[in-house]
Amino acid sequence: MTARRIIAVLLENEAGALSRIIGLFAQRNYNIESLTVAPTEDPTLSRLTLTTAGDDRTMEQITKQLNKLIEGVKVVDLTDGDHLERELMMVKVRAEGLRRAEVKRTADIFRGQIIDVATDAYTVQLTGPSDKLDAFLRAVGSQAVIEVARSGVAGIGRGDKVLSLG
Amino acid sequence: MAEMLSGADMLVRALQDEGVDYLFGYPGGAALHIYDAIFKQQKVEHILVRHEQAATHMADGYARATGRPGVVLVTSGPGATNAITGIATAHMDSTPIIVISGQVQRHQIGTDAFQETDMVGISRPVVKHSFLVQEAAEIPEVVRKAFYIASSGRPGPVVIDIPKDTTDPNETFPYEYPREVELRSYNPTTRGHGGQIRKAVKLLLGAKRPVIYTGGGVVQGDAAAHLTELARLLDFPVTNTLMGLGGFPGTDRQFLGMLGMHGTFEANMAMHHADTIFAVGARFDDRVTNDPAKFCPDARIIHLDVDPASISKIIAADVPIVGPADSVLAEMLRVVRRELDRDPAAVDRHTLGAWWDCIGGWRERHGLDHDQRHRGDTPLLPQQVVQAVYRATNGDAYVTSDVGQHQMFAAQYYKFDEPRRWINSGGLGTMGFGLPAAMGVQFAFPRAPVVCITGEGSFMMNMQELSTCMQYALPIKIVNLNNQALGMVKQWQDMQYGGRHSHSTYRDALPDFVALAESFGHVGLRVESLAELEAAIPKMFSARYADRLVFLDAWIDPDEHVYPMAVKGGAMSEMVLERDGARVDGAAAPVK
Ligand SMILES: Cc1ncc(C[n+]2csc(CCOP(=O)(O)OP(=O)(O)O)c2C)c(N)n1
Ligand SMILES: [Mg+2]
Repeated sequence: MTARRIIAVLLENEAGALSRIIGLFAQRNYNIESLTVAPTEDPTLSRLTLTTAGDDRTMEQITKQLNKLIEGVKVVDLTDGDHLERELMMVKVRAEGLRRAEVKRTADIFRGQIIDVATDAYTVQLTGPSDKLDAFLRAVGSQAVIEVARSGVAGIGRGDKVLSLG
Repeated sequence: MAEMLSGADMLVRALQDEGVDYLFGYPGGAALHIYDAIFKQQKVEHILVRHEQAATHMADGYARATGRPGVVLVTSGPGATNAITGIATAHMDSTPIIVISGQVQRHQIGTDAFQETDMVGISRPVVKHSFLVQEAAEIPEVVRKAFYIASSGRPGPVVIDIPKDTTDPNETFPYEYPREVELRSYNPTTRGHGGQIRKAVKLLLGAKRPVIYTGGGVVQGDAAAHLTELARLLDFPVTNTLMGLGGFPGTDRQFLGMLGMHGTFEANMAMHHADTIFAVGARFDDRVTNDPAKFCPDARIIHLDVDPASISKIIAADVPIVGPADSVLAEMLRVVRRELDRDPAAVDRHTLGAWWDCIGGWRERHGLDHDQRHRGDTPLLPQQVVQAVYRATNGDAYVTSDVGQHQMFAAQYYKFDEPRRWINSGGLGTMGFGLPAAMGVQFAFPRAPVVCITGEGSFMMNMQELSTCMQYALPIKIVNLNNQALGMVKQWQDMQYGGRHSHSTYRDALPDFVALAESFGHVGLRVESLAELEAAIPKMFSARYADRLVFLDAWIDPDEHVYPMAVKGGAMSEMVLERDGARVDGAAAPVK
C-alpha cells in the first residue's frame, strides 16, 4: 500500500552532501514530493525533511539507502510515529471588487495573514500541514490563484521523541 | 616537530603510510605536481598504464586478489571520465579501490576550464563515497578516511578529487598521518545480533531441504573457511553465485555448482525446492532469482549480509542478520556445535539423506560435460579449452575473465577450491576487465599463475595493455576463446530473435592475434583442434615460458551456446538444458 511519508535526515553540513541525497532518489527511481533543508543549532549538521510516497518495502529501502550514505548521520521516518508537520505558503490571489472581502474572509478562516496588497491582488501567508494549504487553494479556486510559493514540509516528532546525535 | 611537506608530497607520503605498494596511473596537467612527488620517492611504485579504464581494473584485480585496496591516479577531465567504467565495475562488485583524480585549480572550478570535469558529480552514483579536497592541509586525513571507508563494511570505490593548487610544491604544511579516523555518520556493523543468530540456527537445524547460497560477500569478507566448516558440519548442499565461486571448494561433494541464469540444473532445482535457504553475502541478483515472484515458493530465508540495504531488497528475509559474514558464521558454528553436543541428532541425517538423493537425481540429469559427449577433434569446444587450462594449472591459478560466453564457460568448468582466485566483473558485466584485472593480480603475486580467459571481443576493449605487460614483463597467460563473434549477443539473437545476427559478428575483420601478441614482444600460439590444444597447453604453462606472456588464440566452434540456461521470466526450476532442447520445468519434482 502506498502512503505519504515524511522522512527527516540529519546530515553532515558538507559540500556535496545534499546532492548525494537528491542523486540517490533520482538514481533509485524514488519520488520526492517536497524537500527542505537548513542548518541546525549545531553548525556541523543540516536537517533535511522530505516527503515521499511508497509502500512499506520501498520505504524500508529508502531509509536503508539514506542511512548508507556516509554523510547521513541519522534518518527517521516521522510517519512511523506521532509527529507534527508544517509547511509555509505564500500565495498571490486575485482580489478585485467584490472578491476582495471574500478572499480576506477565506484567509481568516484558514488563519492566514495578508502580507502584501496590490490593487487587484492579495498575497496571503499560510502555515500548517500540507493538506490545509491544499484546502485553502481549493477554497479560493484555481481561477483566483496567480502564484504559489511553498516551502515544503518540515517535520518533528511529538513529545519527548528527539532526532539528535545521541 | 612535524615535517613540512607540500600537498603533493603529503599525498604520496600518506599512500606510503597506508602501505600502498602499487599505484596504477596515467599522468596529465592537473596531476603533474603529484607525479613529481612520485618521482622523488621509491616506496610506492607507479605503474604506467595505457588507458585509465585499465588502471581502475588493475587496481580492482589487485584488490580482489589481495583484499587490500587498489589505488589509481588519473588526471582531470578525460583522465577522470576514462576511469568511470572501472569505478562503476568496482562499485557493483563491492571492491575497495581508491581513485585519485587531479582537478583544475580551486579558483577555476565551475568556469569550464581546460580539462575540467565535475568528477565528484559524474562519479557520484557509482562510488561508496567521494571527496573534493578543499584545503591542502586536509589531504592526510582525507586519504586516511578514504582507505577506511573503501575497505570497511561493504567495501567499495572511493574517489579523491584533488585541485591542482592544493598540491602546489611551493606551499608546505606540517605532515602527520592520523592514526585513526572517526566518522560519526559511518559505523559499519561489526557483530551480528545474538538473538537473530540463534533463530537462524534453529531454522537451519529444523530444515528438511536446506540450501546454502553464497555470494561475493563470503569471498570479500574472508569467510570461506568458516562457511566451509559450517556447511560440512551440517552436511548441507552449497551453491555459489558467479561472484561467490571459491567461497566453498568447487570440487567438494557438497558443492552443487553455480546457480542462476547459467547455473547447473541441480543448483537451481535445489534452490527451487528448498524449504530453507541460507543466503550469505549474496544479494538475490536478477541473474540468480529470475522472476522474483516465482522465486523458491517453499523457502524460508535466512539472509546474512554486512549491508542492511541488501537484505529484503528483492526477496523478503524471514531471518535477517546484519553483520560481517566471517564473525557471524564463527558465532553460528559455536551455536551449532553446542546444539550438536547436547543432541547429536539435532541434524536429522535421515531426512537430509533423502534430500541428497533427490539432488543426486538432478545431478545425473545434467552434468556440465553434457554437450561434449558426441564431438570429435574439431570443432574445438570452449569447454574443452577451459578444462585443459584447469588441468594444466592443477585448478590452482588466479583466473580472470571478461564478459560473454567465455566467462560463463570459465565459471562453469574451472573449479575453484579457494576464494579470491576467480576474478570477474559480475555486477556491471564490463567487457575489457579481464586483461587489466589479471595484470593487477600479477603485480600482487608476481610468481603466481595468472590466467585471463577472455573472448576476442572483450580482449579488444583493452588490448592496448599488452604494451604495459611488455614494459613490466608480466608473465600472464591469456586464453582467447575466439568464436569470431560477440558470442553471448549472438546466442540471444539465436534464441530470441530468430537467428538474426544484428551486429554481432566481424569474422573478416579480426587481427592476427598471434602476430599482435608477438609485436608486443610476447609469445603467440594458435589452436583449432583438440589435438592442437593438447599440444599447446603444456607448452604455454611450461617452465620455458614461465617468465613470458603467452597469448593462446583458440579458434573454437563459433556456433556453441552456453547451457544450461534459465527460461526468461520463469522460476528457477525452468531451464533449457541443451541446444534446441525443450524447456524443462522441474517444479513438479520428486520431493517427498
Ligand atoms: C562494455 C560492454 N559493452 C557491451 C556489453 C554487452 N555484451 C555482453 S557479452 C558481449 C559479447 C562479448 O563478446 P566476446 O568478448 O567475444 O565474448 P563471447 O561471448 O564471444 O565469448 C557483449 C557485447 C558488455 N557486457 N560490456
Ligand atoms: Mg567472442
